[in-house]
Amino acid sequence: MPAAFRRLQAWAERRLPALTRYKRPESLPITLHRRRVYIVPTAFGTAFTLLLLVMLLGALNYSNNAALLLTCMLGSACATSMLVAFRSLHGLRLSAIRQGQAIASESMVIQLVFAADDHAHASVHADMDGQTETFMAPARTETWLTLNLATSQRGWQPLPRIKLWSNWPVGLFHAWSWIHPDHAVLVWPRPEPAGPPPVLQGEYDLRRRLHQGEDIAALRDYRAGDPQRHIAWKHSARHEHLLVKDFEQPEAREEWRLDWRALSPLSPEARIARLARWLGEAEAVGRPTALWLPGEDIALGHGRSHYVHCMNALARLP
Amino acid sequence: MRRIAWFRRSAKVPLEARPFDLLCLTVAVVLAVHAPHMPIWLAAALAGTLGARWWQRRRRGGRAPALLKLPLVALLSGVVIFYYGSLFGREPGAALAVGLLVLKLLESETARDARVGAAFSCFALMSALLFDQGMVATVLVALGLLPALATLRALEPTHAAVPLPRELLPALGLLAASLPLALLAFVLVPRLSSPLWGTPNPGQARTGLSEDMSPGDFTDLLTDDRPAMRVSFDAAPPPTSQRYFRAYVMWNYDGRRWSHIGTGGTPGEVEHQSPLTRYTITLEASGQRVLPALDVPVEAPEQALLSFDYEVLSARPVNDTRTYTLRSASSYRLEPRLDDRERRRGLRLPAGFNPQTQALAQRWRAEFGSNDKAIVQAALKLFHDGGFSYTLAPAPLGRDAVDDFLFSTHEGFCEHYSSAFTVLMRAAGIPARVVTGYQGGYWNELGNYLLVRQSDAHAWSEVWLPGQGWRRVDPTAAVRPERVRLGAAAAATGEATGWSPSQWWLGLRNRWDVVNRWWNQGVIGFDTLRQHGLLTPFGLRDADPGMLGLLLAIGGSLFAALGLAWAMWKRPANDPARASMQLLERRLASLGVVRRHSEGPQHFFIRAARALPTHRAELERLMRTYLELRYAYDEPPAELLKNFRQAARDFRPRRMVK
Repeated sequence: MPAAFRRLQAWAERRLPALTRYKRPESLPITLHRRRVYIVPTAFGTAFTLLLLVMLLGALNYSNNAALLLTCMLGSACATSMLVAFRSLHGLRLSAIRQGQAIASESMVIQLVFAADDHAHASVHADMDGQTETFMAPARTETWLTLNLATSQRGWQPLPRIKLWSNWPVGLFHAWSWIHPDHAVLVWPRPEPAGPPPVLQGEYDLRRRLHQGEDIAALRDYRAGDPQRHIAWKHSARHEHLLVKDFEQPEAREEWRLDWRALSPLSPEARIARLARWLGEAEAVGRPTALWLPGEDIALGHGRSHYVHCMNALARLP
Repeated sequence: MRRIAWFRRSAKVPLEARPFDLLCLTVAVVLAVHAPHMPIWLAAALAGTLGARWWQRRRRGGRAPALLKLPLVALLSGVVIFYYGSLFGREPGAALAVGLLVLKLLESETARDARVGAAFSCFALMSALLFDQGMVATVLVALGLLPALATLRALEPTHAAVPLPRELLPALGLLAASLPLALLAFVLVPRLSSPLWGTPNPGQARTGLSEDMSPGDFTDLLTDDRPAMRVSFDAAPPPTSQRYFRAYVMWNYDGRRWSHIGTGGTPGEVEHQSPLTRYTITLEASGQRVLPALDVPVEAPEQALLSFDYEVLSARPVNDTRTYTLRSASSYRLEPRLDDRERRRGLRLPAGFNPQTQALAQRWRAEFGSNDKAIVQAALKLFHDGGFSYTLAPAPLGRDAVDDFLFSTHEGFCEHYSSAFTVLMRAAGIPARVVTGYQGGYWNELGNYLLVRQSDAHAWSEVWLPGQGWRRVDPTAAVRPERVRLGAAAAATGEATGWSPSQWWLGLRNRWDVVNRWWNQGVIGFDTLRQHGLLTPFGLRDADPGMLGLLLAIGGSLFAALGLAWAMWKRPANDPARASMQLLERRLASLGVVRRHSEGPQHFFIRAARALPTHRAELERLMRTYLELRYAYDEPPAELLKNFRQAARDFRPRRMVK
C-alpha cells in the first residue's frame, strides 16, 4: 500500500504540477506564502465536525436555543482555529541552512534557520526522511531547527524535501507546506576500518623536528644524559639551570606527505578510504600532513581546519 | 538568535501532566453542570472517582488497573438501570454519559484518549442544556467549553509553560473571536418546523397550575417563588385588581376534585365594551398545554386554539419558554345567552355530598327569590363576616369538604374559597364554575413588564347572571382583600413562608429578573416567528429555509474573508530611516533628480549635489549620516536616527536660478 501510494504521488507530481507546486528544488530564502500553505481537517477534526452536527441536530430537534447558540459558538471556534492553523505557517521564512560534518552512512546535523516576521509561529513540525522535529518561532527572531540527515555515500548530497506542518491550535486542522531547498551538503568519505601506515619517502621525513608551539612549554630542566645539542643556550643564559629543548612524542612530529599516486594498485574508492583513514589518524595525534590529489595539491598543515579542507577535497573527488 | 528546546514526536504520544489536569478539570465541570439532576450519591461517587484518579496519576502515574475498569462500567450501568429503570431517556442517558466520561479518565494515557475525552465532554456539556436552558446554566456550560478547548490546545506541543489558569485564556480568546460568526449562525440557522424525533418528556412534574384542582394542590404553588410568566403591555398595564390571568376553566366536580373539560365546541359569544388590551406573554416552560391569558382573550395565538369556555390551549405542551401576543377584553359581557347544555353543566353537583351547604343555598334561594345577584352578595357576606381566615396551612377536610370548610374549619386559601363558593352557587341554582390562573404579579419598573410568579397562582369563580353573562367573582377577596390588591406575597406575609426579604434583596431580584427576561425573550424564545420578524425590515418576508441558508452562506463568506484578511495581514515593517529617505527622494524628484531603480544612496546623493550645487554641503551631510545609519551599526544609535529624520524634514531644496 505505501508503495502504491508513493507511485500515485510520483504520478501526481509529474502530471499535476499545479497541485504539487513548489515541490521542486528552489533557492533560499523560501517564504511560506498563502499559495503554498494547504489545510485539511485532521481525522479528529472530521470526527469532531460529525459530533457538532449531531449536537446541531439535537438542538434544532428539541428547539433548544441555548444549546444551538453554544453549538454555533463551538463550530465557529473550530472555523476560527482553521485560520489560526494557517497563520501558524503563513509568513515563516527559511533563510539559511547550515550543515555539520559527517562521514558517509553516519547522520549529519543540518540546521535550518527560520525567520518569523510579525507574528509568532507556535508548534511547527518539520518532517524530513521520517523524522519529525517540533519548533516554535517567536516573532521577529531567527530560530534554528536541528535535523539529522542520513547519509549514504561520499560527495554532494542534495537535501530531501521537507514537510512543515502544524495542527495548532486545537488539532482540528492540519496545515502543511512542502519546502525543497536547492541545497546540497558535502558528505565525507568513509575511512577504511584498518590498513597499513603510509610508506614514507625521503630521509628528511624521518628527521626529528621541533614541536611547534610555545617556547616555554617545550623546555625542561637538564637531566644527565641529555645530548648537548639539545641544550637551549640562549634560554639557559637567563636561568640558573640549563634548559633542554624537549622532544615529547617524537613520532607525532613526523610529517606525512600523502600522495594519491603512491596508492596506484588500489581502486579509486579504496584509495580515498585509505587516505581518509590516514588523515583521521594524523588529525588524532596532531601530525602535520600534506595531500596530493589529482587536481588539488594541499600543502603541509595540521589542525581541524586543515583536516576539514583535506576531507572536503577527498569528498569532492569524482 | 535563540536556541529552542526541541520535542520529539512519536506515533503514540503519551499524555503529559498538563493536558491531563485540564481534562480532569473539563470532566469536573461536566459533572458539576449535571449534578443538579443526578442523584446526589451518584454525583458524589463520580466526583470521588475523578479525584482519586487525578491523585493516582499525579502521585504514581500509569493507568488504572484493567481489573477495576470493567466492573466499574458494569456497576455504573447497573446503578443507572436500578435507579431510573432504563438506560435510555434524558436523565438516565445523562447520568450514563457523565459516568462513562469519568471512567474514560481511568484509561486516558495517550493524546488520542484526551482528544476523545475532550470532544465527548463538549457533547455532555451541551446535553446539560436539555434540563435547563436558563442564562446561568448556559453561561456555566459555555465556561465548561474553555477547559475542553484548553485540553485540546495543550495536546499540541509547544515549549511555553504557563500556570494552569493562563492556559484557559487562549481558549477564551478563541471563543470570543468566534462570537460574531456564532451569533450570525444562531440567527440564521433554519429552525425545524416539527421535531424529527420525540421530544424528551419533561420528567419530574414541574410545579405549576394543573388541569385539575383538589385540596392542597395550591400549597406547593403558593410557596414557589419561580417566575411563571412575564407580561408586557402595549399600552398602560391594567390596575392590580384587574390582573386576572385565566388558565383553566373547571366545570366538573366530583365532591373532591375540580377538573376542566378542554377543547371542543366553539368559543361563546363575547361583547366587549372597551378598547382591547394588547399584551405579550413570555411563559416559562410548564409542561402543560394551557397558555394563561388576561381576563377574556378574544383570539388565540398561532399554534393554539380557544376552547368554548375561553381557555387558550396550545397544540403542544409548553416544554420550553414560549412567547405569544394576545388581545383581551377587560370590560365585557361573556355569553349573555347560555344554552341549555352549558346551563346544566354549570349546575351539576355530585349527589350525596355537602348536605349542609345544599340546605344553606336552598334557604337563600327561598329568601331572595329569583334575585341571583343578592344570593351572590349573601355568599360573599358570609365569607367576609363568617369568621373565615386566610391561611396556607388549613386544617384537613373530610368527605363533605365544603360542609367542613363552611361550617367548622373556616380557614383556607383561594382554592377553598372558590370551590366552596361555586358549590354554593350551583346548589342555589346559579350556573357557576371555578377558574384557575394567576392574579396580580410584580410590576418591574426597570424592565416595564409584569412579573408573575408561581406564587401568584389563584383560583376564583365565575357565575352566570341573566343579562350579564359570566361574571368573575373572587370570594378570596371578600376574606382577604390584600390578596387581590397587593398580591400573594402580601397576603402570605407572616403566615406561611415565615421570612420577609429585605427591600434591597427584592430590588436585586427584580433587576436580575430583567436579565432573565431578556435571555428568555432574546435567546430561548427566538423561534421561526422571531427569525422572520428580524428579517422583515430588510425586505425579506417569509424567508424560507433556502433563503436563510443563502443568507447564512453569504454572511459566513463575509466572515471568512475578514478572517483571512486577519490571517494574512502583515504589520508593515517600521523603518523610520527608510521613510525619511523616501521623503528626501520625493523632494529631490520634484526638482528633477529622480533616484534610479538600481542606484545606491551614495551615487544618488552625489548626483543630486552635482545637480543642485547650492545644497552641496547639506546633501553631503545627509549622505554621510544616512550611510552611517545604514551601514555602520547593527543597531544604529537613536540619536543618529533622530538627527537624520530632523535633517530630512528640514531639507527644502530650491531650484537654482540660472
